[in-house]
Amino acid sequence: MNTRGEPVITQPEGSNKARETPNEIIVARDVHKWFGQLHVLRGIDLAVNAGEVVVIFGASGSGKSTFIRTINRLEEHQRGTITVDGIELTNDIRNIAAIRSEIGMVFQSFNLFPHLTALQNITLAPRKVRKSARADADAAGMKLLERVGIPEQAHKFPAQLSGGQQQRVAIARALAMQPKIMLFDEPTSALDPEMISEVLDVMRELAADQGMTMLVVSHEMGFARAVANRMVLFDEGVIVEQGPPQQIFEDPQQERTKQFLSQILH
Amino acid sequence: MTAQTLAPPTATIGPRAWLQRNLFSGIPSSIATGLIAGVLIVIALKVGDWALTEARWDVVTRNQRLLLIGQYPGDQAWRLWLDLLLLSALTGLSAARFGRTTRVLAVSMSAFQLLLAGLTAVSPAGPLVSVGLLLNAAVVWVGVLAGPRVAIPRRALLIAWIGAIPVTLVLLSGFKGTPLPVVGSNLWGGLLLTILLAAVGIVVSFPLGVMLALGRRSSMPAVRLVCTAYIELIRAVPLVTILFMADIMLPFFLPGEVRIDRVTRAMGGIALFSAAYVAENVRGGLQALPSGQLEAAQALGLNTLQTNLFIVLPQALRSVIPANVGLFISLLKDTTLVSIIGLSELLGIGRAILAQPDSLGAQMEVFAFTGLIFFVLCYAMSQASYRLERALGVGTR
Repeated sequence: MNTRGEPVITQPEGSNKARETPNEIIVARDVHKWFGQLHVLRGIDLAVNAGEVVVIFGASGSGKSTFIRTINRLEEHQRGTITVDGIELTNDIRNIAAIRSEIGMVFQSFNLFPHLTALQNITLAPRKVRKSARADADAAGMKLLERVGIPEQAHKFPAQLSGGQQQRVAIARALAMQPKIMLFDEPTSALDPEMISEVLDVMRELAADQGMTMLVVSHEMGFARAVANRMVLFDEGVIVEQGPPQQIFEDPQQERTKQFLSQILH
Repeated sequence: MTAQTLAPPTATIGPRAWLQRNLFSGIPSSIATGLIAGVLIVIALKVGDWALTEARWDVVTRNQRLLLIGQYPGDQAWRLWLDLLLLSALTGLSAARFGRTTRVLAVSMSAFQLLLAGLTAVSPAGPLVSVGLLLNAAVVWVGVLAGPRVAIPRRALLIAWIGAIPVTLVLLSGFKGTPLPVVGSNLWGGLLLTILLAAVGIVVSFPLGVMLALGRRSSMPAVRLVCTAYIELIRAVPLVTILFMADIMLPFFLPGEVRIDRVTRAMGGIALFSAAYVAENVRGGLQALPSGQLEAAQALGLNTLQTNLFIVLPQALRSVIPANVGLFISLLKDTTLVSIIGLSELLGIGRAILAQPDSLGAQMEVFAFTGLIFFVLCYAMSQASYRLERALGVGTR
């Protein structure tokens, strides 16, 4: 692998057509990404089916967050292709907008807008991007807050909420755009231990009721075992091993997987 | 041991205990308190003695109209009253509709009118002017109280505010052959001119500065270059130079039939100067914004304009309120520089009054009066800024 070479952007012309089988909603092929000289993604191949819950785990610096951030173009990949719901991610701004409208994202540090109340955080994008009427957006927003269990906090500002509540508002905010796919970038790592479960419960319900496609970067192994259809181990920018939780936990094939699991499971 | 819930210890501080704890807690602090109190008392006695016995305040009361509105013709002064009345009503109604943030404006506006009413009450023409100002202050509060019932749409109020400055300028300058005879801007002066220069300077430089700051961070190199060059160029030149350029050189570059009057040129100079500083303040606020905010906005599908309008600017501008208000306070004080190009704002008209033979030796009185007016204006602005910060929760959320 030429890790020091110039980043090459390969975008096959006129290839916006779906290349995945009908059920595959995200298809990443040979995705590479460099930060300066640092080669952080070294050829990721991953296809995710609609409705599937995939938990991505791995040591810090292994490229797992960078990878899910390439899926909604918060990071630009420099080689390979990423296709989401039949639309290929190119520099075309319309493609990026179309893909972002299908993907919701939840961040490690919540990233709520501090100058808006919980409800305003949720209704902003529906009102401004989807041009929903205020009353409709507010009603939908309240419903979402009920779903994540904190309707009484609707008119508080983020700084007045606990970490767990903030993250639940952030999930509701992402859901307000009715995405087909949800990306979770270490959603519980910034939380105090007693608040982790309230966020995981919301995510669990989301996976169960909605049949939502979810990509979750997380080290919550209990959550992964209970909810994930598939687990993917990242190491140094490549996928080392993937498979159903049962196989990963009970019969890991790779030495690296055994080693990593023993480190985080104690 | 069982844990008990105890009430917090009650603090018993009477005035005497407070004095002892804070001012006379030991020998050194008692000496310091005594010395400082002594100095302050001496100063207060001296100033009070001068103000009440020696000072000839008649120079101020005699020239009250000059100080307030310059040479604006007395028979046209009703236009100023009408404009003030409109602005007072608009302020009151807006405060009622927009809530806390604009109520700050209403409070400072009525407070300033009250103070000015107090200052003018002692002059020969005084009672009339004072009553007028008191009435205007009352109109502000009538607007605040009546606002909720009248229910004027916010958009209409916004449009009214945007129109307020052109309306003011037209009302003041008038048109040929209409019931509003032309009053040349060479006749505008005193406090009126000071406030006009400052208001136009602030209102124009703020949006311009915000755009320059955004432009300086634009992804388009050409835009970035132009904005950066403008900011650096203006910041490297003294305001006096810019005023001279606006006054003397600008007419050379304009075609002969285009005439911009001197006041407008000064307003332009001040606004263009101030915009560069606003831009640098705002840039500081933009830089302080965590990158996660932009990512969250992008992930939600907001485009660049929406992200700037709804996410970036509300946070960035809020965090630079103290710096910007500081800038606007110095802009208000810098308007005194226009006397260099022959305009008689408050301080300039003060100097003109002192040149009259019958006000010989009254420098102290005139400068004390103009200084007091500037103090009141600046202090009101800084208080308004603190209230605005509190209303918007700067530093708490």
